[in-house]
Amino acid sequence: MDMSAPLLEAGNLVKTFPGVRALKGVSLMLRRGEVLAVIGENGGGKSTLMKILAGVQPADSGEIFLDGQPAEVASVPDALARGIALIHQELNLADNLDIAANLFLGREKHRFGVIDKPAQYRAARQLLEAVGLEADPSALVSALSIGQQQQVEIAKALSLNARILIMDEPTSSLTTRESEQLFEVIRDLRAKGVGIVYISHRLAEVMDLADRVTVLRDGANAGNLEKSEISHEAMVRLMVGRDVSRFYPHKSGEPSQPVLEAEDLRTPAYPQHGLNFTIRAGEIVGLSGLVGAGRTEMMQTLFGITPATGGRLKIAGNILVPQTPLEAINAGMALVPEDRKKQGVVLEMTVSENVSLASLRRDQKAGLINRRAESDLCREMIGKLHIKTPDGKQLAQFLSGGNQQKVVLGKWLAMRPRVLLLDEPTRGIDVGAKQEIYQLMEQLAADGVAILFVSSEMEELLGMADRVLVMHEGRMAGELTGSGLNEESVMHLATGGRYSTSKSTCN
Amino acid sequence: MQLKKTLGITLLLLAVCLLTASLSENFLSSYNLENLLRRTALFGIISIGVAFVIVTGGIDLSVGSVICLAGCGLPWLLTTQGWSLPSALMAVALVSAGIGLLHGLLITKLGIQPFVVTLCGLMMYRGIARGFTGDQTVGFGDGFKGLRSLATGRIELPFIDGFALPAPCVFLLVIALLAAFFLNRTIYGRYLLALGRSEEAARYSGINTGRMTVLAYVLCSCLAGFGGVLFVLDVNIAQPSDCGNFYELYAISAAVLGGCSLRGGVGTIYGVLIGAALMQTLRNMIVLTTRHQHMEFAIIGAVLLAGVVADELIKRRHLRRKAVRSLREESTPA
Repeated sequence: MDMSAPLLEAGNLVKTFPGVRALKGVSLMLRRGEVLAVIGENGGGKSTLMKILAGVQPADSGEIFLDGQPAEVASVPDALARGIALIHQELNLADNLDIAANLFLGREKHRFGVIDKPAQYRAARQLLEAVGLEADPSALVSALSIGQQQQVEIAKALSLNARILIMDEPTSSLTTRESEQLFEVIRDLRAKGVGIVYISHRLAEVMDLADRVTVLRDGANAGNLEKSEISHEAMVRLMVGRDVSRFYPHKSGEPSQPVLEAEDLRTPAYPQHGLNFTIRAGEIVGLSGLVGAGRTEMMQTLFGITPATGGRLKIAGNILVPQTPLEAINAGMALVPEDRKKQGVVLEMTVSENVSLASLRRDQKAGLINRRAESDLCREMIGKLHIKTPDGKQLAQFLSGGNQQKVVLGKWLAMRPRVLLLDEPTRGIDVGAKQEIYQLMEQLAADGVAILFVSSEMEELLGMADRVLVMHEGRMAGELTGSGLNEESVMHLATGGRYSTSKSTCN
Repeated sequence: MQLKKTLGITLLLLAVCLLTASLSENFLSSYNLENLLRRTALFGIISIGVAFVIVTGGIDLSVGSVICLAGCGLPWLLTTQGWSLPSALMAVALVSAGIGLLHGLLITKLGIQPFVVTLCGLMMYRGIARGFTGDQTVGFGDGFKGLRSLATGRIELPFIDGFALPAPCVFLLVIALLAAFFLNRTIYGRYLLALGRSEEAARYSGINTGRMTVLAYVLCSCLAGFGGVLFVLDVNIAQPSDCGNFYELYAISAAVLGGCSLRGGVGTIYGVLIGAALMQTLRNMIVLTTRHQHMEFAIIGAVLLAGVVADELIKRRHLRRKAVRSLREESTPA
């Protein structure tokens, strides 16, 4: 074995999914006893890269070298045999079994098919010691905290003699204390010569832990930072890119009446942070943040799906904290949810039945469906939103994603909302339909509707929003507007930067 | 799609009728037809109740035991306890509705699976009936002739000699019309269908899905209670250990045969009626034409399985064709 060659080297990896080029030739290098942080925006290609390295899915082209030798990682067992282990964001443990059973799942120590429990417990105890987990190997995994479960996963990887450990957002569900314990384990492994690929959104962690940083952007390498070069600013600059900021003509919203005012609003997901913001009639406000920042949770609380645990909400002048979606709707709100196929449309119902679902109650005649109103509404919305469907009797499941989204929008336009909440409204839909949805948003805002939209697409956010609210780990990290609103400042706040004043931009 | 589905089972019912008529001259006798219609009506009523629950994506296994509770409770209250008729009927109605309410609340508020909740009900209500009757047969004896005619009565039809319509058919007709109207014409029926297909999407549209689900279980138990009363009025006696036994399975089978999907959201009242009729006609055919009456469940089970498999195959072909068509439409420039 050539000890001077890097532990892992990947060159020019390409991966295409139907309609998307997830990786456009990415390279990466990992040395022995090193923590390499891989960072980038949502959709930058980090997860795809990790899955390829761990054998979860093969690359379309490109090469991987282990210890300087070309290697093929065709499957997960293949990767494990070569000493590469991936620790997923979601843990893969059977929580009804004890720790030892999980550690040796599929390769139990046995005699004639009977599990040799004492031997297994002995071996497990050693492994747990190595990762610093003080727990009895016979304890059920379900009794462990998330952080401890993660340590079990790491122990399992070590028991497979992993030399390369890939960790995908390992701290996303850990408490601060648990995170610190994890870092200790990571430093310990590094000292033992294990190479660690560490994916994280949290730049503070990266600064703490990483020996080097590789930045991905739009499925390509955006740059590398050596230990001495790592800083919050440098990482953000690479994640965003210098050349991207394209300014769209903002409509200058004239000051108007506040329609949605949140005062110390507490969501069940992050009850420790009170949220404050105001949205005015005719305004389009973007809501940004990384995955898990609490954006969707806030939208669901505003709409009464997971009612607020505290705080005040003023909707069109009325103080009301919606306890059910119906209360929110009656107050003039509408929500186009994130998961279109599960929460937006009823796939097995017709376009017409979907469009009328919210307004049936209003248009009823003594409990009966007003069929005239239903078919008029359906015709109106198909025309107005250009829903591509043979007729209103088509089942929603046979429409394209963009047209399904228009059906959801049609359902809410029928209610003439004063506040429109959109959660990733253009995710997974084609460019043409996207354009139409943008136009619709503009038009609604011009009619005085207050719009709050969540988006992970920077261009969309900057192009559409008059103002952008940024969330980070459940709190409102800041608000950006005017000249202070640019990719870098959004990214800075979203990754946990502390200042929210407009900073000078780099382009 | 819906129409085609019910058309298929209607044709199957006609085929079974023709086959039985050709094998046994007794089938078309007015005595047999009246009996068949009466049983179809009784089972049709409870099947409609179960269909409401199935449309929400749930299940009610307790129907047979609710029938037992109501069927034993009414004669017990009237004869052994000496209650007046109105108060006894009121008590049966309230208990039936209360059972449905309990099921619905346990399922929606506590999130317990419908299967488990109603399985417990299946065991409890029959047990309770056996308890208060001391596991003894209860009945009306020679009394309550007027009341009993609700189930045993025959309505002479003009123009048809020798054949009279069994009274329960009138109840079934009224209940079926009301149920179909509710499901297809009221906003609440639409809500039930929507939440059966996607509870989440319905909830996100402002529908109180919990309340609608509770309503479905209440309707189901009420119809089961009413069915139980009609059953005991029909045969005059009820044996607590046997009354209504397995009837939940007849009812679920009828609903499934009639096109209800246990996944929820799909079903027509007409289909359920035809399903109930098919179950009873099959049973009638076995009784009339073979000496193997103990094979009843085997044959009904096989027919049900064949029906469900055929339905699945047809649905797959239908979906595939539709997907291909919509692909073609999308690829042609507008």
